[in-house]
Amino acid sequence: MTKRYALGIFEDEDVLLHAIENVRAAGVKIYDVFSPYPVHGIDDALGIERSRLPIAAFFYGLCGLSFALWMQIYMLGFDWPMIIGGKPHIGLPAFIPVSFELTVLFCCHGMVITFYTISGLYPRMKVPVMDVRSTDDKFVMAIELKEDADLGNLTQLLRANGASEVNEKEMTKE
Amino acid sequence: MAIGLIMAAMNIGGHHEVAGAAHGAAEHGAGAGASAHGSEHAPIWLRRLFASLWQSNVFFLGISAVGTVFVAIHTVAYAGWSIMVRRIAEAFSAWILPGGIIMLIVFFASGHNLFHWRTEGIMEPGHPNYDAIIAGKAGFLNLGFYVARMVVFIAIWWFFSKRLRDLSLQEDQIGGTGFWDKSINVSALFLVLYAVSSSMSAWDWVMSIDTHWFSTMFGWYVFASWWVSGIAGILLTAIYLKQAGYLRFLNANHLHDLGKLMFGFSIFWTYVWFSQFMLIWYANLPEEAVYFNQRLGGFDGKYTWLFFFNLIINFAFPFLVLMTRDAKRQIIMLKIVATAVLIGHWLDFYMMIMPGTLQGDSGFIIEIGTGLVFLGGFLLLMTKRLSQASLVPVNHPFVEESVHHTT
Repeated sequence: MTKRYALGIFEDEDVLLHAIENVRAAGVKIYDVFSPYPVHGIDDALGIERSRLPIAAFFYGLCGLSFALWMQIYMLGFDWPMIIGGKPHIGLPAFIPVSFELTVLFCCHGMVITFYTISGLYPRMKVPVMDVRSTDDKFVMAIELKEDADLGNLTQLLRANGASEVNEKEMTKE
Repeated sequence: MAIGLIMAAMNIGGHHEVAGAAHGAAEHGAGAGASAHGSEHAPIWLRRLFASLWQSNVFFLGISAVGTVFVAIHTVAYAGWSIMVRRIAEAFSAWILPGGIIMLIVFFASGHNLFHWRTEGIMEPGHPNYDAIIAGKAGFLNLGFYVARMVVFIAIWWFFSKRLRDLSLQEDQIGGTGFWDKSINVSALFLVLYAVSSSMSAWDWVMSIDTHWFSTMFGWYVFASWWVSGIAGILLTAIYLKQAGYLRFLNANHLHDLGKLMFGFSIFWTYVWFSQFMLIWYANLPEEAVYFNQRLGGFDGKYTWLFFFNLIINFAFPFLVLMTRDAKRQIIMLKIVATAVLIGHWLDFYMMIMPGTLQGDSGFIIEIGTGLVFLGGFLLLMTKRLSQASLVPVNHPFVEESVHHTT
């Protein structure tokens, strides 16, 4: 499927942030913005909802903690009790480092896997690049053009808000 | 600029002082009657007064120095966001000098009531009080060297606090980046000296109470307690000023970052605390385990509840409550947690000092009263210093960055 986009190229992040606000206020829907580095406050400006990944992370951590405690209590307390240093079979202080590590391990792996799955990322995928200069020093605002879109008005709007150039680009998505 | 605030804060300070003095006085009357036993030591009420003075003083002196550490760390890290609360941290160090003087007075007045190693003849072979282990520590724990260390540490903290403060005030008047450049060097030197002096002061002022006992984690443990309390104090002051209508540019982003620091360093404190506890628990060597033996079930279990309460209020509570982003951006949550952290770490110092000095004789009325007196004095000097300059360092090179800070 091929889609057409209007690309506004910006030189400066402050100009970009104001432009985003104005363009959205004018009722134009922004497809996405590409920047060479993370821009503070851009999520709010674009109206992107906060990620729910931390909630998932909390439960992955909880799984890790429960698994670690269950594993150690079952192994050292019931399955194969051993006396170590004269401590009780279930000596909680000794279990805490392992529990901590497994909490972190489950949490990290769970978050990475969830993030990749949800974002549709996988190794060796072909990444569509709107404008290669967004990997160097330019900020690119992409606006999807519908069939009957008026490119002239859009160009004027973007230019009025500080875009140094406005290009049109066709992207093919498999 | 902040006259109204100062009047209000002085009221609070004065009120606390009066309340604290009343508490203390009431308990003196009650305690004096029951001071029969303890032949060698001073009467119990006096020992309790000394111990609580020492406990609150170590706690507040530490918080006071943490203000300067906060400024110094953020200066060497080129941190911009914290400029909005920099003056609060600077104001905290107003207590260093009075706190240090009180510390010297209490040290000399208390004699061997606080520090077992100061008992008459404890380091002289042949004397009835002779203790070979303590005599072996005479090279470090002798009166001259100990007092010299105390004076030097407090002098270092005071000098560098004053230097950083003066540079910042001059910057307000004259402007330019020269003062900031200078304060980077001052801060770097201070941090090196503070790293050594805070650790050694923890051995001196707290660990040497349990003279036989030793722990290599102790310097970190005390520092972590001071540091997280200091951050909680800065946070509470910032919220107070914000709600009183000052610090117009302080917003949820700054509070969020302070909240993150408080959250993170609560966990750091727990990490250090647990590192100390677990190694001693695992090795179970009598000379090390005695410390936790006293606190977990010793003296008829007097301190057992406090031992677990300490972990709940200083770890579980901040950890669970401040975990989400929204909680760190809500003033009410931050207020509750910062207050809990301050009370919790005051209790942490209570746990460090009381079992070693008073064994099972400690209580809470004199102790809380003394704590409130110190709180009043601290707030009085801190708010006074806060009122002496602009609440935001207007000519700081990063002040613009702090205004536009987002997380």
